[in-house]
Amino acid sequence: MWASSCRRLASVSSTQAISAKRTLGLTNRFSSSLVIAEHNNASLAGSTLNTITAAKQLGDVTVLLAGNFQGKAELAQEVAKVDGVSKVAVIDSAAFDNSVAEIVTSAVVEAQSQLKASHVVAPASSFGKNVLGRIASVLDVEPVADVISIKSADTFVRPIYAGNALATVKSTDAVKLLSVRSTTFDKAKPRASGAAEIVTLKAPEAPSTPVAKLLREDVVKSARPELTSARIVVSGGRALKSAENFKIIEKLADTIGGAVGASRAAVDEGYAPNDYQVGQTGKIVAPEVYIAVGISGAIQHMAGMKDSKVIVAINKDPEAPIFQVSDYGIVQDLFNAVPELTKILEKK
Amino acid sequence: MSSGYRVMVGVKRVVDFAVKIRVRPDKLGVETAGVKQAMNPFDEIAVEEAIRLREKGHAAEVVAVSMGPTVCQETLRTALAMGADRAIHVETTKELQPLAVAKLFEKLALKEKADLVVLGKQAIDDDSNVTGQMLAGLLRWPQATFLSKLSVSGDKTALEAVREVDGGLQTLHVPLPAVVSCDLRLNEPRFATLPNIMKAKKKPIDKQTPESLGVDVTPRLQTVSVDEPPPRKAGVKLETVQDLVDNLKKGGMI
Repeated sequence: MWASSCRRLASVSSTQAISAKRTLGLTNRFSSSLVIAEHNNASLAGSTLNTITAAKQLGDVTVLLAGNFQGKAELAQEVAKVDGVSKVAVIDSAAFDNSVAEIVTSAVVEAQSQLKASHVVAPASSFGKNVLGRIASVLDVEPVADVISIKSADTFVRPIYAGNALATVKSTDAVKLLSVRSTTFDKAKPRASGAAEIVTLKAPEAPSTPVAKLLREDVVKSARPELTSARIVVSGGRALKSAENFKIIEKLADTIGGAVGASRAAVDEGYAPNDYQVGQTGKIVAPEVYIAVGISGAIQHMAGMKDSKVIVAINKDPEAPIFQVSDYGIVQDLFNAVPELTKILEKK
Repeated sequence: MSSGYRVMVGVKRVVDFAVKIRVRPDKLGVETAGVKQAMNPFDEIAVEEAIRLREKGHAAEVVAVSMGPTVCQETLRTALAMGADRAIHVETTKELQPLAVAKLFEKLALKEKADLVVLGKQAIDDDSNVTGQMLAGLLRWPQATFLSKLSVSGDKTALEAVREVDGGLQTLHVPLPAVVSCDLRLNEPRFATLPNIMKAKKKPIDKQTPESLGVDVTPRLQTVSVDEPPPRKAGVKLETVQDLVDNLKKGGMI
């Protein structure tokens, strides 16, 4: 709705445009957003594309691509071809081999001092959450975390109390700093033609105070779709009883082409790794289909999946709270239902 | 850093995690009057971790801090009963948003010469997950967030921290002084025993205010409204797994 209003304005006279923009709530005629790209130097994280879509509602989009690219331009060129991106600002430095919050923050602050965006936007991923607060302290602003909807240039909706309430807040800071959830903004697509301008920014000075050092990353590469953007998620809970049993969840997910999730209880017990956790303090997902297997449906778990389009629950307890949010409920022992479901789907 | 270092821990009083919250009729907040409150679960984990650091001989003192109205002292008493040595209550009835909280903590960390500040990853009411990061930025200290494991380096000048991130785990070397935030799997907090609850009544709680610390806590975000999320349509129970497959196929889901 926002974006189409702005596009219509582009065709009217500038005076009319300025007064119309004021009516629409944009307080700065030069509204511009600085998107903090999440990437691994070689490819862009999906979350960055959702963030670009959100940022488009706030003004011309410049994407900050800060990393150790060793002079290679491919990733910048890829970002420049994303629809809605007006500019790609590159900071290329070996300092980003230590991609801790302190280093990323110094790059964002440096970029913002040069670009002077009205809005600085990060994905609400663990990467974005790690830096949002630190950037806020340097800019001296109150960040708006986990935005699910943009009402105007200064007003945003975010979930509180595990998503059981939605707060609409208005920022009174001159620069708005926000993180956005990928579940409510579609991924920006590549342009039909053309590319944004790519500029190189000078790298920030090395920090003058001690910083943490990244010793290692234990990140599992999976052939499965990414949990936060998968169309189908199959999720297992404590009722699986062991890591060995949890494999039936993975088998169902692989049969159906879905990602694998888990409840906190299943992760705590060691049935699944921490990056499978769906919930208030884990991953927030909103797939087309969420199949909750042996998950009772605690408030904290629901927070992570209740915006899924279709929720399926398989649980032998008919009173399990999960049935209050599910579209389709199956009251059966999961150790019968899941293999049966997998078998039926295998036949396709 | 000698083994006599001081750990400061933040504890927030929030609506208990099991409560089904309701939006207030004035739609400006969530109903908290008469509703069960408790220490933020992530802060329980933070207190537990700080006490373990002292029990292992790394820290000499654990100072618990809470900010807000008088009733925060109950939360501080819980922290003291778990084993914190003393507490500080920053008393105010004003709304405290994360930036203000971080600025108050900054003043306290410097005033008390803290070597490590341990906070919970997020408060389960606000769910912002920013305060620890802000505090680290204000102090210009290293940070390590979403911790699932914490240990002290051999020479005690740094921490080795394992963090839970979207793709798995990261291990960081974190020079002290630092700010860390705790995630769910860092530890299982102890229950305060009755003898310790009694002992806690004698431990000191120092008072401060935003004015005494020289911090302007004026909120930067105005709450326009607080609403319930749109309700989901009621679902159906299906008899067989085949019914499920048929329904999903009919809906074009699979």
